[in-house]
Amino acid sequence: MTRKRLILTVLHRLAVLAYVAFALFPLFWLLKVSVTPTSLLYTEGVRLWPSQASLEHYKFVLTHSSFPTFFLNSTIVSASTAVIVTIVSSLAGYAMSRFVFRGKYWIVGLLLLTQMFPLVMLIAPMFKMLSPLGLTNSLTGLVIVYVAFNVPFATFLMQSFFDGIPKDLEDAAMIDGATRFTAFRQIILPLTLKATTFPVGLLSFVSKFSVDFGQMMAAGVLALIPACLFFLLIQRYLVQGLTAGAVKG
Amino acid sequence: MASITIEAITKTFGAVPVLHDIDLSIGDGEFVVLVGPSGCGKSTLLRMIAGLEDITAGEIRIDDRRINEVAPKDRDIAMVFQSYALYPHMTVADNMSYSLKLRKTAREKIAEAVGAAAGKLGLDPLLQRRPKALSGGQRQRVAMGRAIVRHPKAFLFDEPLSNLDARLREQMRAEIKRLHKSIGATSVYVTHDQIEAMTLADRIVAMHGGIIQQVGNPLDLYDRPANLFVAGFIGSPAMNFVEGHCRAGVIETTDGSKVAIPDGIQLAEGQAITIGVRPEHVRIVATPEIGTYTARVDLVEPTGFGTIVHVHLLGQDLKIYTLERGIAVVGQPMHIALDSARLHLFDRETTNRIG
Ligand SMILES: Nc1ncnc2c1ncn2[C@@H]1O[C@H](COP(=O)(O)OP(=O)(O)OP(=O)(O)O)[C@@H](O)[C@H]1O
Ligand SMILES: [Mg+2]
Repeated sequence: MTRKRLILTVLHRLAVLAYVAFALFPLFWLLKVSVTPTSLLYTEGVRLWPSQASLEHYKFVLTHSSFPTFFLNSTIVSASTAVIVTIVSSLAGYAMSRFVFRGKYWIVGLLLLTQMFPLVMLIAPMFKMLSPLGLTNSLTGLVIVYVAFNVPFATFLMQSFFDGIPKDLEDAAMIDGATRFTAFRQIILPLTLKATTFPVGLLSFVSKFSVDFGQMMAAGVLALIPACLFFLLIQRYLVQGLTAGAVKG
Repeated sequence: MASITIEAITKTFGAVPVLHDIDLSIGDGEFVVLVGPSGCGKSTLLRMIAGLEDITAGEIRIDDRRINEVAPKDRDIAMVFQSYALYPHMTVADNMSYSLKLRKTAREKIAEAVGAAAGKLGLDPLLQRRPKALSGGQRQRVAMGRAIVRHPKAFLFDEPLSNLDARLREQMRAEIKRLHKSIGATSVYVTHDQIEAMTLADRIVAMHGGIIQQVGNPLDLYDRPANLFVAGFIGSPAMNFVEGHCRAGVIETTDGSKVAIPDGIQLAEGQAITIGVRPEHVRIVATPEIGTYTARVDLVEPTGFGTIVHVHLLGQDLKIYTLERGIAVVGQPMHIALDSARLHLFDRETTNRIG
């Protein structure tokens, strides 16, 4: 019995390990190529690790290309988008979760509708709207567009988090002497924030960092770092966050 | 401390009426218990006093000040929820001091008030814990502590004990009563447990279907229930009901037995009557006499202190509560007397008490 369990456990671990190796192999390849000197890139054939590693690509990317600018812009846009989306969608999600109001049904419908258009279809009209405002080719314009794209889904996500928080908590806070907004800020938000900011902010992060910054593998590796760090950091909350609405806790 | 006046209160959710024309005045320092079956509108009425539900029609006053439009935070009322509703991200001390902090009370005053409340409820060792690290009974205490810490005008309780096990419930019940004796604050307490209602209340308000059925002190409701609903709701084991008609000066039950009409009660010939008799008021007698009944014992349920005996009598499964042990044996006949002074008569049409 215990022997069988042991074998099963070992097999299970091996399978997981094999899967991880398989999934991470492209990343490993990315890393390997990025540290292979150009002179060895085509001469050594297929090897797991070059005979000589160097950081020359990294140096080049960081000093002689526009990568740092792109990287910075990307970070600014993502961070501002994440902050704005979190604020707007938490307020909207709270209203959707707690209040009954006229037209709620239609607003939900509209929010859903916005999710149905492929991005490509919207580029032309968006350009038409943003250019008279002088917002094309600007980070502000980009933030506005990203916020507009991310708010609807984030609102749904937030609503489901708030649905999972008992109404009694705000009621208690309001009886204790808080206004509804104070109750929201001091009781409800702190409870959701940990679990939600991350997934909601993540929504706006991931897509942007998967943008390919040219064929440069080194840039590829660098560009992956924030997303990886972010995932590592939030991993705990991500699982918890995505299930938070599902079970009463 | 304050009095609460509820005048002609009506509540509808959308098109669904939930409370109908409720009138009630609660005196300063009084402990009033709202009792009734699930869905009768007790919580809704309580939440209207708290300001958590709109008032469809009517008026609620605290100390003669109309509060219909006053926000919950300005009503100076404390509430204990069935779910306790403790703030999960705050320690016990922070939970208790939250209301005082919102009122910008000085820090020393807060510490003093929290200390006093914690002392009263035995919460001292728990002050730095989070609610997650507390047992159900401890959470209940914290919820109580959070309410008493700020000396509100009135306390509202919505089934505060229903998530506790039976033993703890009994203990907390006594504690709440003691607390009320020492603080003396006006309290409105909602429960569907009639024992809680009986033991705690200065006055019980029995509700059913959004209508107040009877208001009175606990023993009034027990001794003189105003209608069939209250009669069946108050008391445990529940009152026996026997159906019959008034025929030639006696009540003839569905199985043809006859029950004498108690003194001083006038019934119309043919009137449909329901007789109510509490299990503890059915007497078991050793020998048959005039006016006693004989029935076979169906079932015996010992409860430790007493015994519930079921017999088939007067067209009914009649329950008898007796303190004599071993008096009833299943299948054996038993002689039973009904004291006419202990009978409650109800008009079956209106369900109201007669006499
Ligand atoms: N927000 C709401 N919308 C619609 N109907 C509601 C709402 N809240 C309560 N009700 C209805 O009002 C009626 C009374 O509810 P209430 O919660 O006051 O009952 P209760 O007496 O407290 O019952 P319980 O003992 O189960 O707590 C119920 O029929 C319930 O379905
Ligand atoms: Mg209720």
